[in-house]
Amino acid sequence: MTNPPSVTSLITDFNELGVQDRLSLLLEYSDNLPSLPARYLDHPDLLERVEECQSPIYLFVEVNEDDVVHLFFSAPAEAPTTRGFASVLHEALNGLPAKVVLEVDNNFPDEMGLTVAVSPLRMNGMRAMLARIKRQIREKTA
Amino acid sequence: MPVPFDPSETFAEYANPEVLVSTEWLAANLGSAGLVVLESDEDVLLYQSGHIPTARKIDWFTELNDDVVRDYLSGTDFAALLSAKGINRDDTVVIYGDKSNWWAAYALWVFKLFGHSDVRLLNGGRDKWIAEGRELTRETQDFATTQYPVVERNDAPIRAFRDDVLAHFGNPLIDVRSPQEYSGERTHMPDYPEEGALRGGHIPSAASVPWAKAANEDKTFKNLADLKALYLDEAGLKAGDDVIAYCRIGERSSHTWFVLKYLLGFESVRNYDGSWTEWGSSVGVPIVKGTEAGLAPAPRR
Repeated sequence: MTNPPSVTSLITDFNELGVQDRLSLLLEYSDNLPSLPARYLDHPDLLERVEECQSPIYLFVEVNEDDVVHLFFSAPAEAPTTRGFASVLHEALNGLPAKVVLEVDNNFPDEMGLTVAVSPLRMNGMRAMLARIKRQIREKTA
Repeated sequence: MPVPFDPSETFAEYANPEVLVSTEWLAANLGSAGLVVLESDEDVLLYQSGHIPTARKIDWFTELNDDVVRDYLSGTDFAALLSAKGINRDDTVVIYGDKSNWWAAYALWVFKLFGHSDVRLLNGGRDKWIAEGRELTRETQDFATTQYPVVERNDAPIRAFRDDVLAHFGNPLIDVRSPQEYSGERTHMPDYPEEGALRGGHIPSAASVPWAKAANEDKTFKNLADLKALYLDEAGLKAGDDVIAYCRIGERSSHTWFVLKYLLGFESVRNYDGSWTEWGSSVGVPIVKGTEAGLAPAPRR
């Protein structure tokens, strides 16, 4: 497992902050989660529900002909933690080559210093999102 | 100093109408001397994303539990926490939160372990406040810290431990989890990840009343007639009963505990916070699987 610079810099950004500021940074990510493009807004059936998350979150992975990964998420405003996790994954992984994403450490969510502020169930939800992203990539590049 | 009670007609029928405030009352009383508003949510970022003006956050995960032992704060820790939040022993504390006040009721129950006398819930919680288009802010206000006294926790009146449950058989138990958790089909909430209990099912003789049945669509508490239908007619509780409620870790059952204790007026109601994550992994305790309550074994004392 090797983390690309986008993942290691996220881990550094979060860990340099105090616990409250880590939550503020996660909220910034939550606020900035890109909205779904029209092609998915009209076709919610294409999205995959992340069952492991406490709040409803859906994701979809595109892998284009150059094997570049594009991620799409949908999560409600009432679930800012879940939205924040989705947005962090978007920041870290969107636009990377498929094989780079598949090599990302499955446990990197636990390295972000959030386990002191966020319950284990929720951290589990973020790892589950990552696992589902990888599974979709494997299916689409097989 | 405590602030006056909400005189709303809606609450008058409950056994203890003073434990609830309406959104109208809170909007009119924000900023009153002696009133502290706390938000307690399941989602730990929700407060930061926008909260009722003047509200302070209380975090069930990081602030109400002991870091090491599976237990709540000590008296010293609680005094430090409330001092840091600027709360005096005689202040009125109004708690609200997401999910029909589920986590707000949990925080209220912990406050009651330390005997804080005036703690109330905002009826309908965060969702009702938002649905009515009332103001939310991301601004936090400065406040002075206080010297909250060290009060030893008094568990016995409202908290049950595993051995208390074993000794309680023959008296009513209420299981507030989902029907699938009750029957043993699963050991965690639908849509929630697995969270370690080794056996599925329920405590013998416990009646199944999922906690959210006590709440209306708009997240307020159901009226007295509906609550009586639910807990007396359907679940079979009788006036004067000694009741224990449980769920998975004691949070959902805090909501039911609040309803039984303050709205229906049962004097002896305890929350078994060890709940299914303890009982379902405990060696040698009786368990019933399936939808039938099962017979109470002989109490173990």
